[in-house]
Amino acid sequence: MTRVEPNPLLSVRGVDKTYGARIGCRDVSFDLYPGEVMGIVGESGSGKSTLLNCLAGHLDPDGGAVLFDTRDRGLVDTVTMSEPERRMLGRTDWAFVHQHARDGLRMSVSAGGNIGERLMAVGGRNYGSIRASAIDWLDRVEIDESRVDDRPSAFSGGMQQRLQIARNLVTGPRLVFMDEPTGGLDVSVQARLLDLLRGLVREMGLSAIIVTHDLAVVRLLADRLMVMKSGHVVETGLTDQVLDDPQHAYTQLLVSSVLQV
Amino acid sequence: MSDYNFAYLDEQTKRMIRRAILKGLAIPGYQVPFASREMPMPYGWGTGGVQVSAATLTPDDTFKVIDQGADDTTNAVSIRKFFERTAGVATTEETEKASIIQTRHRIPEAALREDQILVYQVPIPEPLRFLEPRETETRKMHSLEEYGLMHVKLYEDISQHGQIATSYAYPVKVQDRYVMDPSPIPKFDNPKLEMAAIQLFGAGREQRIYAVPPYTKVVSLDFEDYPFEASKADHACDLCAARDSYLDEVIMDDAGGRMFVCSDTDYCRSRREAGHSGALASPAPAQEVPA
Repeated sequence: MTRVEPNPLLSVRGVDKTYGARIGCRDVSFDLYPGEVMGIVGESGSGKSTLLNCLAGHLDPDGGAVLFDTRDRGLVDTVTMSEPERRMLGRTDWAFVHQHARDGLRMSVSAGGNIGERLMAVGGRNYGSIRASAIDWLDRVEIDESRVDDRPSAFSGGMQQRLQIARNLVTGPRLVFMDEPTGGLDVSVQARLLDLLRGLVREMGLSAIIVTHDLAVVRLLADRLMVMKSGHVVETGLTDQVLDDPQHAYTQLLVSSVLQV
Repeated sequence: MSDYNFAYLDEQTKRMIRRAILKGLAIPGYQVPFASREMPMPYGWGTGGVQVSAATLTPDDTFKVIDQGADDTTNAVSIRKFFERTAGVATTEETEKASIIQTRHRIPEAALREDQILVYQVPIPEPLRFLEPRETETRKMHSLEEYGLMHVKLYEDISQHGQIATSYAYPVKVQDRYVMDPSPIPKFDNPKLEMAAIQLFGAGREQRIYAVPPYTKVVSLDFEDYPFEASKADHACDLCAARDSYLDEVIMDDAGGRMFVCSDTDYCRSRREAGHSGALASPAPAQEVPA
């Protein structure tokens, strides 16, 4: 019996990034299929964020290819793609959720304006419909509709993070990059945010790459896991498999370092 | 006069500025960097406009300067005197007779002709500046035509004020390509940006020159459901009774007294000379009783 393999949404081939003599990440390859959530874990300085930034086009990798399944041309290498095309992807099919909400939000623009920016960037020119989708998205990330004209600076940390997510998902992206989305939030807010993210990812059929050092986050969200150390990928596999039966010494250390309450 | 090179600047500097002007005209709305010189006036007083005027003037030109539409304010008077002294060109207060008009914050009411040049003084040439402080980023946004952010500003206006409250320096798109700051002219003047005369914009402190060639398409940005509106005070001029000109509101006393007058003094004067008279106009000089 033969099975038709679906095309990967993102295919990473041998991505290298060095900072002078220091290694950012070395020879990273993996495939991400539609609807799949991939977790990248590792300690600080292990190259997780460097890798994510290379994939999202924020950094220029020194070598390798990042193939993305575009809507019109199939798999295209985003590293060699022209900059206008890459930036267009960055505000349509891709989304990037920063660790610090203030990096991903315009703090001097109201919540509604923040959500509407991507819509206006792709040509939305009807105030009424932009505002309606802003309000709809505030509702989906559990922020009260009455806050639509408030600035993010008047929001709590958890609300800012949820606003950032709404702002990113409003154009219906297919691939979401998340860099420590729950970092700096207290545990109860983290739990709500994870709940929300899990709901949105399943509901919209999103693919996501989540960088985190928090194993609980990947346990809840990720289908597959990639463990990084000193710029190298040391172990990959299904999340439960990696976490419950770690093979590499570093992964074992990582899993056993988690405090059990 | 002989103590200065013609129009104050040396010939090499004028050539450099003319190159920037020509490039600006070739790419309507694009901000061309130029090596702005120190001028004998403070930044913010029209150093950019003065350099563009100096590079554009010829000995046969007739020069007019307006500041907020008026010929008789400090800025206008001092720049006019500056070129009378350093270039020895003829000056005028009549829009009709001028070949080069330097302006701050207004477009004259009278339609300009193909043989005229309008020079704007620009404080901040970058329309995206208040939303995106990084110059590298705004340049990239211009080159890639990423202008969604401009609409975010208009969105904020509507969500806060119920309408597009930006009333001056209203952003425009030139020839379907570059988004441009038309300098702080009232949005009432925006429709006049499509005109027969050459329009040059000089920003001295920011070191940018840009231009709109004659008959170039200039569209004010807006939303489908909140279209652009060229607004003005809903009143007639109290001196010349004009209903079609942009009005200044003048507070007369501390009891709420006020009057509306044309901001374009030359337009107002010519209308009064033609016999128009507004609600608060003084009677003709002949009937004035000496004190």
